[in-house]
Amino acid sequence: MPKDSGIGASSKRREDVRFLTGRGRYTADIQLHGQTYAAFARSIHAHARIVSIDTSAAEAMEGVLAVFTGADFAAVGGNPAGWLIQSRNGEAMKEPKRPVLAHGKVRHVGDAYAAVIAETPEIARSAVEALDVVFEELPAIVDMAAAVADSTNRVHDEISDNICYDWGWIEDNRAAVDAAFKAAPHVTSLKLINNRLVPNAMEPRASIGVYDPGTEDYKLYTTSQNPHLTRLLIAAFVMGIPEHKLNVIAPDVGGGFGSKIYHYGEEALVLAASRRIGRPVKWVADRSESFLTDAHGRDHVTTIELATDKQGNFLALRTETLANVGAYLSNFATVTPTFLHGTLMAGPYKTPLVYVNVKTVFTNTAPVDAYRGAGRPEATYSIERVVDKMCRELGLDPVAVRRQNFIQPDQFPYQTPVGLVYDTGNYGATLDKLMTLGNVSGFESRRAKSAENGKLRGFGLSTWVEACGIAPSALVGALGARVGLYDAATVRVNPTGNISVMVGAHSHGQGHETVFAQIVADKLGIPEANIDIVHGDTSKIPFGMGSYGSRSLAVCGSAMDKALDKVIAKGKKIAAHMLEAAEGDIIFADGKFSVTGTDKAKTFGEIAFSAYVPHNYPLATLEPGLEETAFYDPANFTYPAGAYGCEVEIDPDTGRVEVVSFTCADDFGNVMNPMIVEGQVHGGVAQGIGQALLEGCTYDDNGQLLSGSYMDYTMPRADDLPMYTVDHSCITPCTHNPLGVKGCGEAGAIGSPPAVVNAVIDALQRGGHTRITHIDMPLTPSRVWAAINA
Amino acid sequence: MTKVTVIVNGKSVSRDVEARMLLSSFLRDGLGMTGTHIGCDTSQCGACVVHVDGMAVKSCSIFALDVAGAQVKTIEGMANADGSLGLIQQAFQDHHGLQCGFCTPGMVMTTAALLADNPKPTEAEVRHHLEGNICRCTGYHNIVKAVLAASGQDIPAVAAE
Repeated sequence: MPKDSGIGASSKRREDVRFLTGRGRYTADIQLHGQTYAAFARSIHAHARIVSIDTSAAEAMEGVLAVFTGADFAAVGGNPAGWLIQSRNGEAMKEPKRPVLAHGKVRHVGDAYAAVIAETPEIARSAVEALDVVFEELPAIVDMAAAVADSTNRVHDEISDNICYDWGWIEDNRAAVDAAFKAAPHVTSLKLINNRLVPNAMEPRASIGVYDPGTEDYKLYTTSQNPHLTRLLIAAFVMGIPEHKLNVIAPDVGGGFGSKIYHYGEEALVLAASRRIGRPVKWVADRSESFLTDAHGRDHVTTIELATDKQGNFLALRTETLANVGAYLSNFATVTPTFLHGTLMAGPYKTPLVYVNVKTVFTNTAPVDAYRGAGRPEATYSIERVVDKMCRELGLDPVAVRRQNFIQPDQFPYQTPVGLVYDTGNYGATLDKLMTLGNVSGFESRRAKSAENGKLRGFGLSTWVEACGIAPSALVGALGARVGLYDAATVRVNPTGNISVMVGAHSHGQGHETVFAQIVADKLGIPEANIDIVHGDTSKIPFGMGSYGSRSLAVCGSAMDKALDKVIAKGKKIAAHMLEAAEGDIIFADGKFSVTGTDKAKTFGEIAFSAYVPHNYPLATLEPGLEETAFYDPANFTYPAGAYGCEVEIDPDTGRVEVVSFTCADDFGNVMNPMIVEGQVHGGVAQGIGQALLEGCTYDDNGQLLSGSYMDYTMPRADDLPMYTVDHSCITPCTHNPLGVKGCGEAGAIGSPPAVVNAVIDALQRGGHTRITHIDMPLTPSRVWAAINA
Repeated sequence: MTKVTVIVNGKSVSRDVEARMLLSSFLRDGLGMTGTHIGCDTSQCGACVVHVDGMAVKSCSIFALDVAGAQVKTIEGMANADGSLGLIQQAFQDHHGLQCGFCTPGMVMTTAALLADNPKPTEAEVRHHLEGNICRCTGYHNIVKAVLAASGQDIPAVAAE
């Protein structure tokens, strides 16, 4: 029987009630007394020198309160990159300053070079139009290969080759890998593009800055996945506001997918503007601004080679990648193509030798950073595509080949050749589950039926592993991170026995308010309704690192579990005092503290009340109150894994691909709320299918964004997608966190693109189009049709 | 400025508005009813869908002046009289048809319009009807289930067709 509450129950989400009744409170919904409005002047050129900006006409307009340009921020710091990456030659990466407003040059279409604060949004926008700016246009640098080849045209004048770093992983293994390729019986090579994507959270970014001249306190309401990180960046690097004088609040946030991890210049601007004019300053992006300025995702050009014997056993793997970082370094931009990508190139396989080279390149395009999956989808796509190509070249069964190369269950913990140690897994189990659940053996009859209808049917497979619960501070520190990646939780038991839990994780759709309460309820034996989860406000929560990298439950949930252990330990002390027993004799179970072997007991509520009414406490040894904080820094990443299968039908006359079924067999470790886990997989798979078939962010040669609205960037819609079959019954619990959980937020987006593309190539091959071994994503009807008719 | 009177969720309200004010801004800024969301500039995302005289309308693509005298229904008017979740809202919660909640008001309003018109839609009809509402979180699976459930149909049976 499924449970109806606590860990493992599909508890309905409590946050849904406010969202379903129009009572959610997103940043744009907040109206403050006396608020004013910011609008930004954004570059229409991809690359230009700012010759002059005449603000006088704008400043003279009625209702305009202030105008800012880059010069106003010339003296303050830049928005830093969170990770320092070293090039192969030992040099530090190039780290150009990222200003609040562009100064001297604009470097991508949409780059903000001025801002107007006005009484209404309409006046602010009109005043932006009244700014008189003179640009000296420069040639746009859009194509990565050209950027690297031409040292005269530079995104940043001080960086001669437009390369941020040239990274080798692991450089010491390079010679051995090259030697293995020379000796290999078979080498498969594939050049592929991991297409650039726009994250497109449905809520556009928004920020409200509030300065209180009485207390000199700042408050920032903003669409953030990690309010403390934003506060730290603004305080320590960008503006120098004392950290304790800045309160960052991320209220209800309408999706993030990575794009709201980062600190953006608009946040600094509204704070500076509020300080100058003494009133709240609000900015809400329109969708065009989201397309132009939210950090984009992916954008890799990769050559991958796989060396095997004739039986398809993997001997060595080698990749060369150009990764687009855009015009400036966004906060996680340098780690995404390196330590979230190169370290995953072993996949679930025992490939003994792997070498990864990544050159990260500046271009006159919007910054590129972590987007759902962040580096791991790129790694998985490259591996799973080249494996399929190899199987075709050698005439081998792609299912059997994957199975024979899997790391076996008895080999864990497993040291990969790319730095990670997988703690646990059973890749054969998820593959078995997929074969059954997806009725793979029945494929041939379905294919025949499709053929009768003139359609080409194909099956594609992807088996993958990812590293998430982005965390261990020691590990990420060794890899160049400038922050720790622990998380924190405070469990506050109130005198009447109900509980407020303040967490460092941030929910922007994941359902923490429900799931975290389930865990607390389970552990303390009290009803979920008596527990509130508080997040998103730096004045309330302990210093935590927010939500991304499928880390909320594995890292923050573990911190909460640890804090609950402390609450129980303190409760035992109190119970021992109340029951006049030895502390060691107190046991806690089912919401009761009892003396072992007796019927003497106190309920959790009685202990809570006593903690705050300590009339006869031995104060020298027992402190009043029942509130505990824990920080949790895990020993390792977690390693979710799975097997995904996709069936497509292609209309050969039009090239249109339809995903007719998609099946996921995942190992997420222990599952806290199956309903929410399944929802996370659905959403991830939809984004993966979107990447594979529909979505492509495109700049023209002049650096103009061609896909700048929902009219020309194809978002997956309800009639583009199938019902998914999702399973998470294969469980190898994480060995190093107390809940045994791994993380499920990104899996769908990581595992699905290669399954879709493999299915399309399979359909074309089976349909007799044996020349077609690869098509770059997105596999739009025109691309597929062109491949068929080439 | 022109005075406009609209019946919003059964209550008559009057405000002075500029001719250029959109219905979405009228609801959000004029009336403080922020349940109706704005997600794009091109009438593509559907987060702002409301009903005007029973018709589903993207409120970002119609002027406030255009609805003078009309009955406007928003997400704030979809709960039962006692404040509990209405049938469609409850189906969305039961089937986890929302995650971040931003597209949800538009999804619920679009669903209501569909079911008023076609009380027992097929899965394909549901998907087609939701084509003007973008959700980035759910992959639509659970939204489609919620709509089918709200129509009182047996979900596995309909989905299997």
